[in-house]
Amino acid sequence: MIRKERIDRGIKVRSDDIYAISSYREILYLLLPRVIPVLCLLLLPTLLGSYYERVIIISCLMGLLALSWDLLASIGLFSLGQAFFFGVGGYASGFFSYQLGLPVPYSIVLGTVSGALVCTLLLAPVLRLKGVYFSIVTLAFPLFFVRIIESTKILGGTEGITGISPIGNSWIELYIPIFVFLFSLFGLRRLINSDYGIVLQAIRDNDRAVISSGINVYAYKLECTFIVSLLSCFSGAFMTHIYQAVGLSAFALDYSLLPLTSAVLGGVGTFAGPAIGTFILVPLSEFLRVFGTLRVVFYSVILFLCIVLLPEGIFPFLKRKYHQIERFVEV
Amino acid sequence: MLTGIIVYGLVNSSILLLVALGFCLTFGVSRIANFAHGAIYILFGYLMWIFLNWLKIPFLFAILLTLVLSGIFGYVAYYVAVRRVRGIVLSEVVSTFALGVGILEFFRWMGFVTYEFSLPPIKKGSLYILGFPIDYQRLIIILAAIGLVAFLYFFTHYTKLGLSFRAIAQNERTAIALGIDADRVAALSVAFGSAFASVASILVLPLGIISINSGYEALLIAIAVGIVGGLESIPGMILASLVLGFVQIVVGVYVSSAWVMVVYLLAIIVILVVMPSGLLGKFKELEERV
Repeated sequence: MIRKERIDRGIKVRSDDIYAISSYREILYLLLPRVIPVLCLLLLPTLLGSYYERVIIISCLMGLLALSWDLLASIGLFSLGQAFFFGVGGYASGFFSYQLGLPVPYSIVLGTVSGALVCTLLLAPVLRLKGVYFSIVTLAFPLFFVRIIESTKILGGTEGITGISPIGNSWIELYIPIFVFLFSLFGLRRLINSDYGIVLQAIRDNDRAVISSGINVYAYKLECTFIVSLLSCFSGAFMTHIYQAVGLSAFALDYSLLPLTSAVLGGVGTFAGPAIGTFILVPLSEFLRVFGTLRVVFYSVILFLCIVLLPEGIFPFLKRKYHQIERFVEV
Repeated sequence: MLTGIIVYGLVNSSILLLVALGFCLTFGVSRIANFAHGAIYILFGYLMWIFLNWLKIPFLFAILLTLVLSGIFGYVAYYVAVRRVRGIVLSEVVSTFALGVGILEFFRWMGFVTYEFSLPPIKKGSLYILGFPIDYQRLIIILAAIGLVAFLYFFTHYTKLGLSFRAIAQNERTAIALGIDADRVAALSVAFGSAFASVASILVLPLGIISINSGYEALLIAIAVGIVGGLESIPGMILASLVLGFVQIVVGVYVSSAWVMVVYLLAIIVILVVMPSGLLGKFKELEERV
């Protein structure tokens, strides 16, 4: 009988420890997969022209949502309502910019921080929930915010807030999302492998064991949610200033479904996976713009196919191909 | 005023119960949180409409066809969407959610959102109870809710299939050891759940127009009733839909109809924080929730 066997490449084994710095080849082997995407992201917008600049900005902001979804998932909380964070951030910065008349940098920063505080406070009572129950509640949150804003007519009601001041400088508009995105991507990958991140993963895998080690699980969940809210609210706040408007569509299903789909497409729990997923899906959805609302159907079809047929995701697949050789052996 | 609140509270509670029964049946038996429940509810509303208006099928026959098709749909959906990811909570949720969103947004894109999309009531007209007018459709809803609960009770206590449902719900391993096919029972539970959803859509949708958003709302109703009542107990669900139904009507009358929806979220959060196993739920579920 013939069986497929996977073995680590020699160069992977060598570059795993201190010998990595013994030759340029090993150093390049480690650096290239990290440096090439970063360079592409930094250089592409200037090469591609202004239409694609917009696509890349949106990809980065959606990428932040996907990264934060993945962080929440690595503590065992599967959110179906990432739009909640996005919308709260957007409305907060819209409020600071339009109703209080603050300049753009202040409204983004204040919107992000206060939005994150609001999200964390509102989610605090339900953070004890697990699995399906947390998903259920997060699915409901954006829907209820829409209802509340519609019925109480605060923050512009159904019309939303328009006429918010733009960012102005196109370089800042382009490179701040890119830098925040890259910083969060590599920061989160580092965080999840630190001692702190190991506790987070342990809470996902077996929270009872973590509790019995004398660790306050609830505090960890709160901190994690605050980080998640910061990233997502920043995305919402920045988007508000790009579109110069914020409305009920900030709570739309798109913003919940897109991060989820990109995380599942790219590979849950890897952070690089959701990033890759967003950079596939957002440009794709730009091409699908002609189909209007059918886009959401495409997302759900992709999501469905990925979760049922491709549970691993793109990034773990690529990683395996990069690190390992496959060969057939006689058994 | 009080009579009105009682009558409409009863009607509202019956609607909630009808919409929630299918979801809770599926979850209670096989632990599958069917996030496509709201979409199935709307899907078969539209199918019924298509049968009546495009294909001109007689009313009773259209009802029968819708029920049978919804059962088959649920059975197939289990094998397509759930079977491969069974036991992985996230994947189950995501795949059924994706299925549901796909169905609902497809209808939105098809333009099934105008006023012509409404189902006819089963019997037109109204009568007076205690000097208060109520139309036959709402009476039928109350009767159907009672009837379905009674059916469910007899089904799960006196038929072989129903007993195997309960066996799987109580202890899956023992049930398998006794020769019950867990996959088949799970598929049948999804099938029953979606047939119940289509019953609800045939009865409840004639009260208004069929709208996409009521699909998402139906999912929320199902979840709210299930969580407040405790997902595996039928008495708990009846109690929960009575409580939610009456609270909603009271809020609608005395506060504002816009806040009616908020009742669900508050109820879910309060119950999950204060009484995680639900009003009449069993302790067994506690560990997986909190």
